[in-house]
Formats: sequence, structure tokens, C-alpha cells
Amino acid sequence: MRLTTAKRPGGAGGRPPTMRRLTRKILLNGTGLLVFVLAVFPVFWMASTAFKPNTEIFSTTPKPFPVDPTLEHFDLVLNGRIAEVSFWEYFRNSALLAIATVLVSGLLALMAATAVARFRFRFRTTFLVMLIVVQMVPLEALVIPLFLDLKTLDLLNSLGGLTLVYIGFAVPFAIWMLRGFVAAVPRELEEAAAIDGAGPVRTFFTVMLPLVAPGLVATSIFSFITAWNEFIFAYTFLNDQDKYTLPIMLQFFFGRSGNAWGPIMAASTLLTIPVIAFFLLVQRRMVSGLTAGAVKG
Amino acid sequence: MLDTAPAVRKPPGRRTSGRVRLRRRPRLGPYLLIAPTVAVIAVLMFWPMLQIGIMSFQKVGNRQLRGEPAEQVGTGNFEKILNDPFFWQTLKHTVLFAAVAVTLTLVIGTLVGLLLNKLGKRMSAFVAGGVMIAWATPPVTAAIIFSWLFGSTGGLVNWTLDMLPDALVGGGWSDHNWFATPLSTYTVLTVCVVWQACPFIAVSVLAGLKSVPGELYEAARVDGSGPWRTFWSITYPMLKPIFLVLVVMSIIWDFKVFTQLFIMSGMANRDAFNLSLYAYSEAFGSLNPKLGMGSAIALVLTVILLVVTALYVRVMVRQGETR
Repeated sequence: MRLTTAKRPGGAGGRPPTMRRLTRKILLNGTGLLVFVLAVFPVFWMASTAFKPNTEIFSTTPKPFPVDPTLEHFDLVLNGRIAEVSFWEYFRNSALLAIATVLVSGLLALMAATAVARFRFRFRTTFLVMLIVVQMVPLEALVIPLFLDLKTLDLLNSLGGLTLVYIGFAVPFAIWMLRGFVAAVPRELEEAAAIDGAGPVRTFFTVMLPLVAPGLVATSIFSFITAWNEFIFAYTFLNDQDKYTLPIMLQFFFGRSGNAWGPIMAASTLLTIPVIAFFLLVQRRMVSGLTAGAVKG
Repeated sequence: MLDTAPAVRKPPGRRTSGRVRLRRRPRLGPYLLIAPTVAVIAVLMFWPMLQIGIMSFQKVGNRQLRGEPAEQVGTGNFEKILNDPFFWQTLKHTVLFAAVAVTLTLVIGTLVGLLLNKLGKRMSAFVAGGVMIAWATPPVTAAIIFSWLFGSTGGLVNWTLDMLPDALVGGGWSDHNWFATPLSTYTVLTVCVVWQACPFIAVSVLAGLKSVPGELYEAARVDGSGPWRTFWSITYPMLKPIFLVLVVMSIIWDFKVFTQLFIMSGMANRDAFNLSLYAYSEAFGSLNPKLGMGSAIALVLTVILLVVTALYVRVMVRQGETR
């Protein structure tokens, strides 16, 4: 911490060192606070706007907090008076998609992560390199061919088809994240179970699964967020309004009702809060997953 | 968890007795375990990438969507694109935006990371938590929030600029339209993207800093090194591997930015297109879809990013990530 602190030989100016440390501390913490405010402000402003009556939203002297808080915008959004279809229908679509993505990609990732962490086999490195490459592919470019493929399979405009696409997006990172958790389970435990006569299936369910459960939760939340936030594919593939997901509903609403910032911000708040909550739960593991060990040097 | 009998596991390298037993078995297991994933990735990623390549030499429009076979046009799509000044404009937007956004993201993110490392434990966790919120915000919401902040009626940014003395920022901000010209649209987009991307850099840099042995800084201090010098001769070399990864990831993310620009400026505003928006609008933007043209543009984007990815894979393999 106080590493580069002291030592600016000439610049001390005769002030007692405690004084200098205090100024330094105030300066550092002040900057920290400023960073915090800048980072949080846009989200805060969204939530604050959502609770303001229209007169305050378009006031010529904006106030940080709503003076006269109101739930009218949330009421508009939740009771389906914004786009003919109820918010809850979009919510259900988004949630279904996300949960299906989580379940399938979690299963696939657990299998593949076990293979990668527990076995050495030919093409193992090839497989890992493939996972890296796939995470770098511009998904935006794949909209065109996937549109045609799903059309051929008659899966356009269906939540099932979209789930399939999301699974493909979520699996590579999920494996990357999970393999560390699987590798951390001591092999001796599995061997002990085997000696006690447990078959591979039983060993898996009684030893492996409970121990990688935290990793599985973290991975699931990540997959959930991927599916929950996704925009272009849902926008391109879904045609019927009753199949739209929340981001599509938000964009649709934003495009149509120009300056109805109150309801727009209320809807944005409803979309964002679960993501932020989940994200804060797993952020540590996300970071270590993304840059995995690049620090080792 | 590693100290459970390390003596048994570590020394003889890979071929301990336990593993020899595993080795002799016919080893179908791992292949069966990765098979579904490989199938999913092959179908949903590699095959479509191949299709982009194929379609970029074809004409794929309404007739093909009705089921007629695609028409081969050779290099026609590429000739059309490369001779179109509009393509070069979108490419210019893409590259300039990536250059500015990546630089800002890395500089600000690193500074925030250094700050987090200097702050006390509690304050650091508090600020990191706040910064995470920016990262967690869904791109769709982020784009909408910034459209509101920079909005021409009731937008907070215009109001603030109007409040500041005219000598400093000039006058007439009260109903300034930020989305009127590509330059100012991209300014808003940059603010939005940098705001969302900095936290990841900051937290990664922080994680890296935590792993640098404190003695190095101790030694530098004893030798009378200032903060600037300490950064460039200790922090930077120690964090170089992580910086490389961060630079590559940022380049890739900023090159293909789509959702935010799509929401802020939309399909109608062609002047502000970047490559991914251009590809999308060729393919889906009108009643006369040109999927072949769209694929050709998407191919250009993919090839650029694959070059960057190749660099990234080399770094990862060299750092032993794939072991």
C-alpha cells in the first residue's frame, strides 16, 4: 500500500509526516469516492428517473432524488398498458429462455470440464484452443447464417431455436470457468470412493457434484446473464410480439414512445436489477475465469 | 486444498502409479464427455462461419429465402464493397472508435485498478462494488440510459453544460442534439462503452497487482524510485502478460460493438454505421434483404478479428493456459 508513498526527496516542504499522510489519505479516498459516484451515477439516474413524476423528469432544474416519488411508471409497465402485452409475458419468455440455457449449458459444461480437468487425451489442447477461439468470434457476424439455418429447420420465431443459439454462446466460457473448480477437487476423494466400491456414476453424484456445486452456481449465473441480456439474435429471430424477450420489449418501447422517459426508465430498472444482483454474487469468479491465471507471469 | 498429500501427487510428474492405471483403460471417456459440446460448437459456430465464407460469394435474397438455390456471383460482392466509399467510411468508424475506446478503457481502467490497490481494504471493496455495477448493467439498458443522459429534452448533460459558464464550454447547449452527427454520436457511444468496460480492466489489474511481491516495491522505494518510474519498471513488466490479454479482449469487444450503437442511433441513421451495423442492415435492414452482401461485410470483420484472436491464442498458449 504505502509503497510509492513517501520519498519525493525535495518536495516535503517541512510539513510533519503525519500531516502529509493525512492529506494523502484524504486525497486518495476522495478520488475513490469520485470514481464510485461516476461509476454508479448512470444506474442511479435511471432508478431515480423511474420514480419521478413527469413534471420532475422534464423540469428545468433536475434534482438528484425524486421530490415527490411516484409508482405510476412502474404501474404503466407492469400492467401492460405500454405495448398491449403485459410485462409479465416478456418476463416469462426471458426467464424461460435463460433457465433452459442455464440447465443445458451447465450440463454440457460440467461434462466437458470433467474431461478437460481429469483426463489427458489427444486433441485436449486443440479442444482448449477451440474454446478460446470460439469466445472471440464476432457473434454479430453469425446472425446472418444462423438466421438461414434456423429458417431451414423451421426454428425461426421460436424460443426453442433461440435457446439453442444461446447454449452455443454460453457453453465455451462455462467450460473455461468450471474446469478450475473440477481440477480443485482432490483426486484422492474420488479414488477413496472407488475403493469403497462406488461406481463412476455414484462417485460423481456423491463426491464430485457436491464439491463443484459452488462453481456450478457461478457458471449458471453467468449463462443466465448471457441469455437474459442478449439482444440482436432475439431481435432478428423473433417475429411475434408475444414471443419477445425483455430487451426487445425495451427497445421496441424505447423506439416507439420517443420521450416517455419515466416508463422507459422503470422498465429498464426492472430489467437491470436482477442482473446486477446476480452479477455482484459471482463477479470474483468471472474475473478469474476471464483472465484465468494470466497473472502467473 | 493443494496440501492434501502433495508428496504423492506432485513429484513424478504425470505418470504416477494411479494414473498409469487410468492410462491403460480403453479411453473413450473424455471423448464422450466433450462430444456434445463439440457438436454444439461445430453446428452453432464453425458451420455458420463457413457459411459466411460461402455466402459472401453468392447472391442470397428474397428468392433464395423462398427456397431457390443461391446464385454464384464470384467476387462480385467484394468488388462492390471495396469500390463503395460507404464501406470505407464504416470501416473508418469501426477502427477509429476501437482505437479511441480501447485506449481510454485501458488507461482509465488501469488508473482505477491502481487506485483500488492503494485504497484501504474497506474503501477498496466499496469502490470496487460500485464499479462492478457499471459492468453488470445490460448493454441494452446502458445504451438507453446514456440516450437519456445525453437527450435533447430534459437530458442531464445538456443541462449541466448549459449551467457551466459559456466562456468554458460555449453556449446554446439546452437543446443540443447529440445524435445529429456521427462524431457526436460516437462520442456518446465511447462514453457509454468505456464506462462499461473500465471495471473489467480495473478489477483484472487489481488482481494482477495483488500478485506482485511487495519486496519489489520495497526495494524500489529504498532505491528512491518515484511513482512514475516504479510503475514502468516494476508494475508494468510484472503485469505485462495480463495487459496483453486485456488489450486483445478490448480490441475484440470494441471492434464488434453493435447493440449500443443500434439502440442509440438506429438503422435509419446510416451516416453513423460501423461495420457490424452495416453488415446487419444489408442483410436485414430492408424489404430486399441482401444476405450475401451482408456476409461479405461480416467476413471482413471476422477476418480482422481472427487475426487479433490468433495473437491472443499465441499469448494464452505461451502462458500455459491450455495446459
